[in-house]
Amino acid sequence: MIEAIESALSFLPAGLVTLIIIVGKILVLVLPLMGAVAYLTLAERKVIGYMQVRIGPNRVGPRGLLQPIADAVKLMFKETIFPAKANRFLFISAPILTLAPALAAWAVVPFDDELVISDIDASLLYILAMTSLGVYGVIIAGWASNSKYAFLGALRSAAQIVSYEIAMGFALVGVLVAAGSLNLGAIVEAQRGGLGIINWYMIPLLPLFVVYFIAGVAETNRAPFDVAEGESEIVAGFHVEYSSMTFSIFFLAEYANMILIALLTAIMFLGGWLSPLNGVLPASLLEGEGFLALILGDGIHWLLAKTAFFLFLFLWFRATFPRYRYDQIMRLGWKIFIPITIVWLLVAAAMVVGKVGPWFN
Amino acid sequence: MGVESITFYILSSILVGSAVLVVSLRNPVFCALALVLAFFTSAGIWILLEAEFLALTLILVYVGAVMVLFLFVVMMLDINLAVLREGFTRYLPFGLGVAIVLVAQLALIVGGPEQFGLEAMPKPEPHAADYSNTKEIGRVLYTVYLYPFELAAVILVVAIIAAITLTLRRRRKKQVMSVDDQVKVRRNDRVRLVKMASGNKDK
Repeated sequence: MIEAIESALSFLPAGLVTLIIIVGKILVLVLPLMGAVAYLTLAERKVIGYMQVRIGPNRVGPRGLLQPIADAVKLMFKETIFPAKANRFLFISAPILTLAPALAAWAVVPFDDELVISDIDASLLYILAMTSLGVYGVIIAGWASNSKYAFLGALRSAAQIVSYEIAMGFALVGVLVAAGSLNLGAIVEAQRGGLGIINWYMIPLLPLFVVYFIAGVAETNRAPFDVAEGESEIVAGFHVEYSSMTFSIFFLAEYANMILIALLTAIMFLGGWLSPLNGVLPASLLEGEGFLALILGDGIHWLLAKTAFFLFLFLWFRATFPRYRYDQIMRLGWKIFIPITIVWLLVAAAMVVGKVGPWFN
Repeated sequence: MGVESITFYILSSILVGSAVLVVSLRNPVFCALALVLAFFTSAGIWILLEAEFLALTLILVYVGAVMVLFLFVVMMLDINLAVLREGFTRYLPFGLGVAIVLVAQLALIVGGPEQFGLEAMPKPEPHAADYSNTKEIGRVLYTVYLYPFELAAVILVVAIIAAITLTLRRRRKKQVMSVDDQVKVRRNDRVRLVKMASGNKDK
């Protein structure tokens, strides 16, 4: 398809065509992502509603399906209020600094063998670097608001994010030891094998899988680790002074990060776009052009289904778990997760060296 | 001028500009943020030099962790700039002396102008698409430079222990609860159900 666009635009200079194609790829990724973010908010309210024996939003559109659009329009037309003596430049930059890395990380995420904007060699490291930048938005928002609640929320949240990043990074090191590559596409391909689900890294790297996902929940400041906005203690945390679009940009970034974490967990531990039926069904059913092969064989739909499962876990956690106490969060991150990841890193390395089957032979 | 040189000039002008801002701005929070920008743009320049592993590590370690903690501290401090500026002229000769010594040391190590220029620093050869920067660094780090690498690790561990011992203070009235005791608690330890006859209302 890209070649067809290239030939259709051949009257333009070559550099401009490349630029148009890159911008086009970005739009093809970001627009559905924004749609997913909008409908994730609806899904969250519906899921939590049903879990608490309520109906959830059901007024705007059929079964409440237009609720996110109504919310977006409402937020857009509200007034942005600047707190007294707040630093305006940083106050405006903070939400942008939160959203920009949350979107930039998507540049290297593969959805398929070929569907990726930029297939760089060190994509795992790039994602880790980009997600580690999100904390600036939080700290700057807290400081620039000139409010003690916002500042306290920012400090809590920043300390939490920095602590859990270490466990998260170690869990990723385990994955790259197992796959022998920093490239996300190569990591998925390393999980291919004749045994379907058994071949996925969630089995040999089970502790890292659990640590990674929990650390991901903590990184995105979601319940039960949402002390950053612990409503019962510090109003709403670092974004208490924000309103209208500046406020909603923080939420866009939070949900985009949630989807990213869910997708990365699926890619690194659940075989990404690989079909769980590999090896279960005969290969003749899974390959080819037929409709059945498209559904049952490898493909982006498996990746999206796995991502949706992890996103549901995010919502489920929020509906069922009470919030962690702050010292318990720090204890979990430093004294439990980091030792677990370090030990399992050694185990993973030993398994790779010992060529333990069916994953590493 | 190709895209590469335009990118280089944009990045390096931002880098130099933000480095100047680090030392010239009045508000320490802005200084720290300018330093973040300087790190970020130098990572961009490293990517232009095909050192993507080092560039991403620079962002991950310095921007993502070190500067966050730095910013943390600077934001918590209530720095009175007037007091800081009081002794400026008094300490100026000393500061200049230190600066001269540092510049002289740098000059001795780098070794004069013949080390610079396009001849001394040629453009790195572009590598094939399957060349992995990360693998190459790993290879030399664990073979040629193993001892310096291990030495650096030992020094860092010493620094960590030193930092912890400096800030560790034992509090007299500790109110920390034992986590094991908390986890071990069962319902029967805390709750006692009492059976009582209900009062008769129509007495």
